Amino acid sequence: MVASAVVAHESDAHELPAWSLPTEAVGRIGVPVTLPGEVTREWAWGGSTGAGARVCILDSGIELDHPLVGHVERSVAVIRGEDGELRVSEDREGDVSGHGTACAGIVRALAPDVELTSVRVLGANYKGGGEAMLHGLAWAIDQGFDVVNMSLSTTRTKYVERLHELADRAYFRRSVLITSAHNMPVESFPWKFSSVISVGSHEEADPLTFYYNPSPPVEFFGRGLELELAWLGGATLRGTGNSFATPHIAGICALILAKHPELTPFQLKSVLYQTAANAGGDA
Amino acid sequence: MSELEAAVAAGVLGADEAHRSLLQATVEVARAIFGAKAASVFLLDADADELVFEAVAGEGAGALIGRRFPSGTGVAGWVLTTGQPLVIDDLTSDTRFSREAAESTGYVPKSMMAVPLLVEERALGVLSVLDRPPESRVKLAEIDLLGLFANQAAIALDLLQRARHARQALAGEGRLASLARVAARLEEAEQDAGLEFLRALDRVLSGS
Repeated sequence: MVASAVVAHESDAHELPAWSLPTEAVGRIGVPVTLPGEVTREWAWGGSTGAGARVCILDSGIELDHPLVGHVERSVAVIRGEDGELRVSEDREGDVSGHGTACAGIVRALAPDVELTSVRVLGANYKGGGEAMLHGLAWAIDQGFDVVNMSLSTTRTKYVERLHELADRAYFRRSVLITSAHNMPVESFPWKFSSVISVGSHEEADPLTFYYNPSPPVEFFGRGLELELAWLGGATLRGTGNSFATPHIAGICALILAKHPELTPFQLKSVLYQTAANAGGDA
Repeated sequence: MSELEAAVAAGVLGADEAHRSLLQATVEVARAIFGAKAASVFLLDADADELVFEAVAGEGAGALIGRRFPSGTGVAGWVLTTGQPLVIDDLTSDTRFSREAAESTGYVPKSMMAVPLLVEERALGVLSVLDRPPESRVKLAEIDLLGLFANQAAIALDLLQRARHARQALAGEGRLASLARVAARLEEAEQDAGLEFLRALDRVLSGS
């Protein structure tokens, strides 16, 4: 064991240990950011506007030039080519339903300077299907977004294994997946995986108020009730649902990661926990 | 369970009506509980890629049963695809709400709660509640309650679909039609010899 670890690190003495921790390497695993004794909201995101954080909205697209969304860095869509294969290509459709624009507007309101990218995985008649969602998610993880908002889920068990693998891949590559929980007693994914951050709704009006749930699988509750949502045609609409609680947590994560870009998803979740309203986060 | 067993278990004749009544009772109760103007259940016809009105309480009741829309239409289509319950309070500006489809029904709602009908991993359709009292504010508990109704409606819808499939298999040119005809004749005529023959056939097929 020791021999193989030494061999593994001979190539680069400064490389961080990956599979084991030889004694001589202990000094090299300094954690870039350590959490203070008391993690306050001020420490977590005070002064942050989201500048530098890259957020991906995996949804129905984002309407271009919506006043509540502003600049969208890039818009792509998962489409099926004539050869039957799915591919990601630049997209000019905007938003086919309004749902993705609503999510983008919420993130923008919380973190005005984030860089937004739209990955459209739903078609004009909503016929995206699980395959498109998986393909779009894989692409987003490869792009290394800091935050991927997924107000979507699937009940199809045939996708579970691949989704699980993608969720773990995102976790280890420091892309945090923020996913909508089902407020119905059904088996659906990927929100039930522990490598993602799952979100349900609370009834309060403050967009920065969120709660940690000590009885998962839903881990956090964000604002999801009677929201003024950015909608198609530059309009707004009033709506309720976990779909819209999710981008609230995504926006808060973007604020935190903009200020502390070294945080891993594990550390980020810890910061969220410690700044949750029911864990003394109002301090 | 085989289709024939399902058919027998469901008591095919009349089951369609019984299941439809169960579905109707569900939307009636949903409408009453929420104090809404209407409540309805859409069934997804996957082959035609359409949503079909299966049960309606309140506004539009009676006239809408059997009416079809493309499955991507309106709030119901969105809920079906994302699998997420949704409440929209100002449908006049919601592009997911298909005004054209609503006007064709003769009733244009202002607000809508919609929830997918899920059985195991299949989305069978959508339960929707239209126009709660204007002064009532949405509570998350209401959406949870709607989810519970959706479970009940999904079970009724599943039974209805199973009974229909079973009946199709047993009727006319269906795969098991000849078997059903034989069984019906034997039952009508009380032919002991015929029943004995059937039992013998069963023994041969089962290899005993």
